[in-house]
Amino acid sequence: MASDEGTVALQVKIRRFQPETKADPYWQEFRVEAEPRDRLLDVLNTIKWEQDGTLTYRRSCAHGVCGSDAMRVNGRNRLACKLLVQDVGRRISIEPMLGFPVIRDLVVDMDPFFAKYEKVKPFLINDESLPRTERLQSPEQRERYDDTTKCILCGACTGSCPSVWANREWVGPASIVNAHRFIFDSRDRGAPERLQILGDRNGVWRCRTIFNCSEACPRGIHVTEAIEEVKRAIIYNSSEGE
Amino acid sequence: MNYHKFDVVIVGAGGAGLMTAMQLAHNSSVAVISKLYPTRSHTGAAQGGVAAALGNQEEDHWKWHMFDTVKGGDYLVDQDAAEVLAREAIEAVYDLEHWGLPFNRTDDGKIDQRRFGGHTRNYGEGPVRRSCYAADRTGHMILQTMYQQSVKNQVNFFNEYLMLDLLMNEGQACGVAALCLRDGSIHVFHAKAIVLATGGYGRAWRVTSNALACTGDGMAVAYRRGVPLEDMEMYQFHPTGLYKVGILLSEAARGEGAYLLNSEGERFCVRYAPTLQELAPRDMVSRFIYQEIAEGRGIEGKDYVYLSVVHLGKETIDAKLPDITDFARNYLSVEPYYEPVPIQPTAHYAMGGVPTDVDGRVVMDEQNTVLPGLYAAGEVACVSVHGANRLGTNSLVDLIVFGRRAGKHIAQKWLPEAEFATLPEDAEARATAMVEGLLGRKSSGVTQEAIRQEMRDTMMDSVGVVRDEQTLLAARDKIVDLKERYARISLMDTTRTFNTELMEVLELGMLLDCCEATVAGALARKESRGGHYRRDFEKRDDVNFLRHTLAYQSETPGEPMLRYKPVVITEFQPKERKY
Repeated sequence: MASDEGTVALQVKIRRFQPETKADPYWQEFRVEAEPRDRLLDVLNTIKWEQDGTLTYRRSCAHGVCGSDAMRVNGRNRLACKLLVQDVGRRISIEPMLGFPVIRDLVVDMDPFFAKYEKVKPFLINDESLPRTERLQSPEQRERYDDTTKCILCGACTGSCPSVWANREWVGPASIVNAHRFIFDSRDRGAPERLQILGDRNGVWRCRTIFNCSEACPRGIHVTEAIEEVKRAIIYNSSEGE
Repeated sequence: MNYHKFDVVIVGAGGAGLMTAMQLAHNSSVAVISKLYPTRSHTGAAQGGVAAALGNQEEDHWKWHMFDTVKGGDYLVDQDAAEVLAREAIEAVYDLEHWGLPFNRTDDGKIDQRRFGGHTRNYGEGPVRRSCYAADRTGHMILQTMYQQSVKNQVNFFNEYLMLDLLMNEGQACGVAALCLRDGSIHVFHAKAIVLATGGYGRAWRVTSNALACTGDGMAVAYRRGVPLEDMEMYQFHPTGLYKVGILLSEAARGEGAYLLNSEGERFCVRYAPTLQELAPRDMVSRFIYQEIAEGRGIEGKDYVYLSVVHLGKETIDAKLPDITDFARNYLSVEPYYEPVPIQPTAHYAMGGVPTDVDGRVVMDEQNTVLPGLYAAGEVACVSVHGANRLGTNSLVDLIVFGRRAGKHIAQKWLPEAEFATLPEDAEARATAMVEGLLGRKSSGVTQEAIRQEMRDTMMDSVGVVRDEQTLLAARDKIVDLKERYARISLMDTTRTFNTELMEVLELGMLLDCCEATVAGALARKESRGGHYRRDFEKRDDVNFLRHTLAYQSETPGEPMLRYKPVVITEFQPKERKY
């Protein structure tokens, strides 16, 4: 473990939107001292608690598992609680994620995001009679969809996707990831209905394989690859794997 | 007034709340109120697994699980409840699998199981593989699976609503009042049954594994309305939090064979607990670490020791412990393949909480008198299955077993006979006064930040792994002082749209009430048991303290009225705990 270092002086520029006091968004700069291993979330908390209580953002777990604090940092979508000061530089610009309606400052409206998630039937579909104990699934079958089970629905992928920026009707990468998680689960029987939904004009085909989503994912999910796998399943009409 | 009416209102959308909702969604109108989006709930941070005696890997029996739970809890566990927990864990885990939870699998396709602290075969002979898991993100998988099922069953969600008050009338709980964060409005939810599923209050301590949202809302709101809080002095410090940040490194690491090492490179747990070693229960391992540090064997003489997985090899680490090793890399710049990870005990889990019976019904006194219409499940509740110390994986078991039972009881027993109690007049008055009082107050110079920091430091330094009369008395005075200052706090943000400063201050008030009950219980319990260790009373005292504390809020700040209720003992007579 590296030993403790001194603090560093940061210039933090934040895109503000305060609907009750100002009609339009504006930039505001804060100066704050932080330790290199502080999280960006710690920096935001310091500003909020010591300088400006009106600064508004979501947060909860503070270690990258709940997905509350996705925001655009120096042009990339990040979780503020997963990004350390030492990895982001001394001049930091923070904005709400693009492609979402802004409610206040860094808080965006997630309702449309979750509505799209719901559209792909993100739940196990299987009406067969249940065994008394568990359904069997081999380690290999379990591994097949492991990557997409990691999704925390933070929206970082969807908010980084130019196709989403251009068309808010598009279902977006996070929804496809969550469809993938079931399409390739050997216990699920809902692949045909999901593939039909995703084969629609606002389904997978609006993905232009730009890879922003994979780069943005704080969980390291290979998002673009998952989308490609769903595309192939639609073409070959199969979720049995290639 | 914004008025909503449902048969059942569940507050909290973590594992317990969603499990309860699942039992009710088909047959009644249900609303789930959550101050977060449901998938942000802290259940998602649970790592290691969920215990159930499936016996997929080796012989196991629910009764062994029951025994381990009772012994692990230092015999403060109600044994009728522990029996329910251990028995029903099995079918509840199968329910989760049937709903699609992606458990790790054995070669023959069954749910894989691994070792965890305090879980043993044949009443303590040695470790047993009982924890069903999905890598080291079991809680994430449970939360996602439950939310998926809630979407399937079209549960009504009110997201980003903060509960501020519990409404009672005619001797029955009849609703809650909540603040809608998006526009600052107060909403009244009228219901036949209210379920508190709001989780714990780890944010009262400086070093904690808990989310910022874990502020004891359900406990505080109930306490303010005359419901007692049970065994609040029983608070668990998890042995392996990342140094300084407190982020949890799951016991699963030790379940897979990780070592704890002091500055001499010694596996010190072997000295204290020869049989279970690193897999002794958490309260004990936290004290071992405390003792090593006190005797100068912390790393570099500081207040931490090492957790090492180096000898497990990359393959095991990547397959079974991927997330927690990422935490070490990301937050401490330590590479666990090659280096040990600095850890220290971190405030983790409330064994105490709102007292309930085994059906999740809230009970008001030592006779277990039921408060009609009010239920609680999960960490907010005290059934009591964890007694003085919870075993690893039993929190997820608690959620699914008692969330399920609360839901079933409401559906099968309560709703068929219950009527809506009339709402009290001015149902929203108390919640409105809290919000308007803060938004309307002129700048007083009293800020939330100073109060929060002093609270966390006080709880960490005086109500931590080791306690004594003198520090607890000082802590009591401090909490009284903080509550007095809290009443004068003023906000920088007086607008209504998504006012998170307002939310944080309201949460801070809840935490202070939880602290009050915790300190009072700890002062009065002049013994050492489980997570409550008094250096001035080092022995467990079954003659005087084999009983549950009930703390009722009184007129005097800092001094709740304390009453006591007997522990239910069915099978296992209290014995000295040795591992």
